[in-house]
Order: sequence, then C-alpha cells, then structure tokens
Amino acid sequence: MNDILEVAREQVLERGIGLSQEQLVEVLRSPDEMLDDLLALAHEVRVKWCGEEVEVEGIISLKTGGCPEDCHFCSQSGQFTSPVRAVWLNIPELVAAAKETAATGATEFCIVAAVRGPDARLMSQVKAGIEAINAAVEINIACSLGMLTQEQVDELKAMGVHRYNHNLESARSYFGDVVTTHSFEERWATCLMVRESGMELCCGGLVGMGESLEQRAELAAQLAELEPHEVPLNFLNPRPGTPFGDMEIMAGKDALRTIAAFRLAMPRTVLRYAGGRELTLGDLGTREGLLGGINAVIVGNYLTTLGRPATADLDLLADLKMPVKELQKTL
Amino acid sequence: MTTLVYCGHCGREAIDGNHDDCRQALTMEPPRYCDQCRRRMIVQVHPMGWSARCSVHGGLSSERP
Ligand code: SF4
Ligand SMILES: [Zn+2]
Ligand SMILES: [Zn+2]
Repeated sequence: MNDILEVAREQVLERGIGLSQEQLVEVLRSPDEMLDDLLALAHEVRVKWCGEEVEVEGIISLKTGGCPEDCHFCSQSGQFTSPVRAVWLNIPELVAAAKETAATGATEFCIVAAVRGPDARLMSQVKAGIEAINAAVEINIACSLGMLTQEQVDELKAMGVHRYNHNLESARSYFGDVVTTHSFEERWATCLMVRESGMELCCGGLVGMGESLEQRAELAAQLAELEPHEVPLNFLNPRPGTPFGDMEIMAGKDALRTIAAFRLAMPRTVLRYAGGRELTLGDLGTREGLLGGINAVIVGNYLTTLGRPATADLDLLADLKMPVKELQKTL
Repeated sequence: MTTLVYCGHCGREAIDGNHDDCRQALTMEPPRYCDQCRRRMIVQVHPMGWSARCSVHGGLSSERP
C-alpha cells in the first residue's frame, strides 16, 4: 500500500525527479490513512528542493468582469448571469493596493485583467500602472492579462514585468468541458512564449470542477511539462450564475492529496495557494497544506472574493517558523 | 438608519425567505446588490478591503486597516 510513497521518497526526494502521470494517479487514489505520511513526504520534498521560505503575493483586478470568454468557473465572464459588474481600477487605487501589499512583507504584486487578451488600451494602462507603482514602492510586478501575441510578450518584458500568469485551468482532456471560446493549445502557446521571453512563467489551474482523478493527475503532469516557475493551485469556489455554480465544494482531504501530488510532480516549483482554500480547507487545512507541499500564498483578498485577513496567514507562517521570502534586490 | 429591503448577496427581498447562507457568504465576498434598490453595484476588491457603489444610493466599503 505504501509503495508509491517509497517510490516517491527515492525518486522525488532523493533525486528531484517529479512523479509521472500514472504515479500521480496512485497518489491521488491513496487512502485517507496514508494522508499524513503523504503530506509529510511532500513537505520534506518542498524543504529539500525549495527551502524553508514562503513566497507572499498580493493580487489586484485592474479590469473586472465583462470578459468575452466562457470559462465555466468564472464570475467575470460576460456570458453568464453573474452579479459581477464590469469596472476598471484607476492608477492611484492600483498604487494604493501595491503599497498595501508591500506593507505585508509580500514580494510579488500581480495585476490581473478579465480579458481574452490585452488590447492597446489595457497595455497602456498596465504600462502607466507599472511606472506609478515603481515610483512609489519596491515590489516585483507580475501580470495576468490573458493570451498574448509575441509583440505583447516583448512589450511586457520591456516594461519590467518579472512574472506572467497564464493558467492551463484544467487538463487537456477536460478543457473542452470548462472553456469553449478558446483552446488548451492557445493557452499552451502563450505559456511557451512567456517562458522563452525570460519572464518567469506562473501557470496553474483549478481542481474540483468535476474532473476525474486521472484528469487531475494529467493537469499536474502537463504543468510539469511546462516547468513553470510558479504554480497557483485553485480549488473551485462555485460562483452564483456560472455553469459550475451548483457544484459541490471539494472535500478537504482530496484537496490535500492534490497539493501533495502537485508537489511530488514538481519538486522545485513555487506552489501557491490561490483561490478557494478558505472554503475547501478552512484554517486547519490551510495549515496542513503549508506542511504538505505549499510554499507560497496569496495574502488578503482575491479578485472578486475575500480571503482570510493577511495577518491570519502571516501569523500562521510565524507560528510554523516559516520565513517569508524577501525581495531580491537587483544590483 | 435605513432598513434593509433587499439582500446584498442574492438580490432577493430581505423578507423573501431565508438568507442565512447569504449572510454566511457575505463574510467571504462583498455585497453585489444594493440593499435599498437591488441594483447591481460597482464593486472593487483590494488586497485589504473592498468598496461597493450603487449609482443611486452611493457607496459602502469595508474598513481599511
Ligand atoms: S478568460 Fe479569465 S476572466 Fe475571462 S472568463 Fe476566463 S477565467 Fe474569467
Ligand atoms: Zn439573500
Ligand atoms: Zn441603490
């Protein structure tokens, strides 16, 4: 029964080689009695290959709602009867959010827009926003603006964007059940361009959207193939009015097994708690995940929903004696 | 003091049924509907707070820390 743990110990912990898709299925199918040992191993892997530090990030929505795409989990799609109204954030508010984020000790600030891909107006807002933030506060700036052209990749790189987020959302074999307005391959292409550009690639997805355990393993394996610097892991938070609005919240133990599996698939990546953990895991589960492979958090609120107060997470990290990663000063 | 006519979470009348789940939801997300006129509000979420504004009845916000 413990075979997969022994294999993972030797392969991932000792040699730093992530588990294959088939091996990940075994991890995801492992019984509840094995969960503590599984999480402990994932934590050992994280500490050995990534260190003790935890990366803290804040996120902000620059353009909320009204997106033309139809990602079935998303309250910001304009195609559903979601109560989220379209709105733009102005630059002073953007700078205020960056300052609030930096004040928590966070090193990353991610600017997000609900779009298929950026147009000229969005690119110029982002440019002005980055300049204003850089003049006011020291923090790494990441962006998440949808699918990019090569020119846009180059422009963002030239603006000093240090990391770009573009999620796979779900496994290739399940993608068509989640999104119909664009393809998995289009997402993949943007991720490749970002990675080639020298910006750090942040690429993750959501679980708990009705995919099978095999498809959950497939997502982890496909992410591993992209070798992203960071993987944000979201648990579906069913949003009113969306096609996935009536889905059940994922069970906490399944969420924890998923965290461990992602860590065992990608021993060196920054594995971040993104949306949905408050619902799926609660306070106790949040702690278990941090001791089970997670080494990064989003502090404070999300794009349209609220997170735990930043102090709750920072106190937890202090309690766990996990140092918060500091800003790397460029010389 | 104004009385709450509509539920800020689901937008139904406050006296129409039970809004316990809505109250629970409002601990994890900002209100989306104006509780006076049930218009959808313009809502902005910040890392440490949120603001919501009805075009007729004005704004609400969480306290900034
Ligand atoms: S592209 Fe992004 S903002 Fe638009 S519907 Fe999909 S997840 Fe939501
Ligand atoms: Zn209600
Ligand atoms: Zn109103």
